[in-house]
Amino acid sequence: MRNILIITKRELKSYFATPVAYVFIVIFLAMTGAFTFFIGNFFDRGRADLEPFFQFHPWLYLLLIPAISMRLWSEERKTGTIELLMTLPVTTTAAVLGKFLAAWGFTAIALTLTFPMWITVNVLGNPDNGVIVASYIGSWLMAGAFLAIGSCVSAMTKNQVIAFIIAATVCFLFTMSGLDLVLNFFRLWAPELLVETVASMSFLTHFRAVMNGVIDIRDLIFFTSLITFWLFANVIIVDLKKSA
Amino acid sequence: MIVLTGLTKQFGGLLAVDNVSFSVGKGQVLGFLGPNGAGKSTTMKMIAGFLEPSSGTAEVAGFNIATAPVEVKKRIGYLPEGAPTYGDMTPASFLDFIAEIRGFDGTDKSRRVDEVVERVRLKEVLTQPIDTLSKGYKRRVGLAQAILHDPQVLILDEPTDGLDPNQKHHVRGLIQDMAADKAIIVSTHILEEVEAVCSRAIIIAHGRIVADGTPEDLLARDPNHNAILIRAAPEHLAGVEAGLAGLGSISRITGDPDALDDPLLRIRGDGGPAIISRVSDRIREKDLNVEEVFVEKGTLDQVFRQITTADPAPEATPEVTPEAGDA
Repeated sequence: MRNILIITKRELKSYFATPVAYVFIVIFLAMTGAFTFFIGNFFDRGRADLEPFFQFHPWLYLLLIPAISMRLWSEERKTGTIELLMTLPVTTTAAVLGKFLAAWGFTAIALTLTFPMWITVNVLGNPDNGVIVASYIGSWLMAGAFLAIGSCVSAMTKNQVIAFIIAATVCFLFTMSGLDLVLNFFRLWAPELLVETVASMSFLTHFRAVMNGVIDIRDLIFFTSLITFWLFANVIIVDLKKSA
Repeated sequence: MIVLTGLTKQFGGLLAVDNVSFSVGKGQVLGFLGPNGAGKSTTMKMIAGFLEPSSGTAEVAGFNIATAPVEVKKRIGYLPEGAPTYGDMTPASFLDFIAEIRGFDGTDKSRRVDEVVERVRLKEVLTQPIDTLSKGYKRRVGLAQAILHDPQVLILDEPTDGLDPNQKHHVRGLIQDMAADKAIIVSTHILEEVEAVCSRAIIIAHGRIVADGTPEDLLARDPNHNAILIRAAPEHLAGVEAGLAGLGSISRITGDPDALDDPLLRIRGDGGPAIISRVSDRIREKDLNVEEVFVEKGTLDQVFRQITTADPAPEATPEVTPEAGDA
């Protein structure tokens, strides 16, 4: 446990030692703002809530989260520091968790910095703050799932560009799987059970459920089990890759 | 302290390390030699717990690397090849991280870091990003990381690669200082380093150990070990050669890469160091016109080439033809 936190601390520091952190945060804030006001019609809707803000999060994450996760492991492999890290007295699980928590903590920071949006709606009207808190938690959990996928993919390759593209693609599939666009394709031939399964994997479906203000235990379980699964795969891949 | 038993590593169809067994005790500095791709780094990576052996075992301080990897890693200091470090960190924050993960905190931690910084001389670059440091400093940061926790076992993969002669000298001194209470394995291409710091040398080729002994033992394998070199003016050379006939195999050396102007004669004895006295007696007795006489010690370079370029049975080919000019 102590080792996990030490690794998390080191990773987080290194985000802020390079321009990565600042570029990410600025772009994230600018884009959430732009989407909320220009595409989400924040003012024209005439309602005091943050739905136009949150509804674009899955799409933003699709682009931005793989950009954070791509370097998690592929950079270590490229520069050879993985040999240093894995010969320190830490387990692979601790290293994977430490790195993941750093990236997740970093998205928490970025998300927290959107607080002016929250203040704005509270100044303009009387929003349901419970819904907003739920949405923040849902958004953060979803970011965690994206990150776990990205971290696992990053462990597969030395090449960060490949890590980015594959992670973005996998995340895209998970995001889209609840939409009719995808489901109709399955409905043509697949049994109802499979269609339901694919639909139930959708980030959008689960995130929308949370955005409505209901934190259903099933949605929590969905995101946490997804994170657990991908991190578990991540540990296995790191172990496999270093011996080959 | 380090015990390898039948250590083997296979990458797909490639046998990188083939049934390597040896042990290194406290106080020993083992020089690990071999051509590129011979399996040196792979062996060291297995001892350090980065790679899992395909078969065989490695034990460090009584702990098996396969069953107690973390215990082993706690007791090892490892400098990987190329000394990788986190380039965006400064040496100060990097060593701080290493100290924490090695289980030190508070004043103990800062004392350890200060000590190691002093030891490898990093003080002046402590707050610069590692990426901006010169190769020598980067290497020293890697070395600092490996010795920070004063480990019982030290595995250094090419610790002096890329250092200038002064830095090399310093690092060798460092290794010698630590040698007394540790078991150390150093891999290197630089053979003089083996003579300078190692109490024992192992040469590995094609994944197998082909020689194991003290640097002196290995030197004795050079066919020119204890051979006598005699310099004479060109006009006297034939006379000297005739005068020395019968003492051993005599060959003329011309075109010597060491740029000696005069031709040299090399006399190889049939073994035993006594040849020098016999040669000097003969020179006095016959009043031969020589300018200079010296005893060759042999070079590890020569032994290394001889052993690692030989085919399957390296032991069986000591001196086939006396190759003049290949000293």
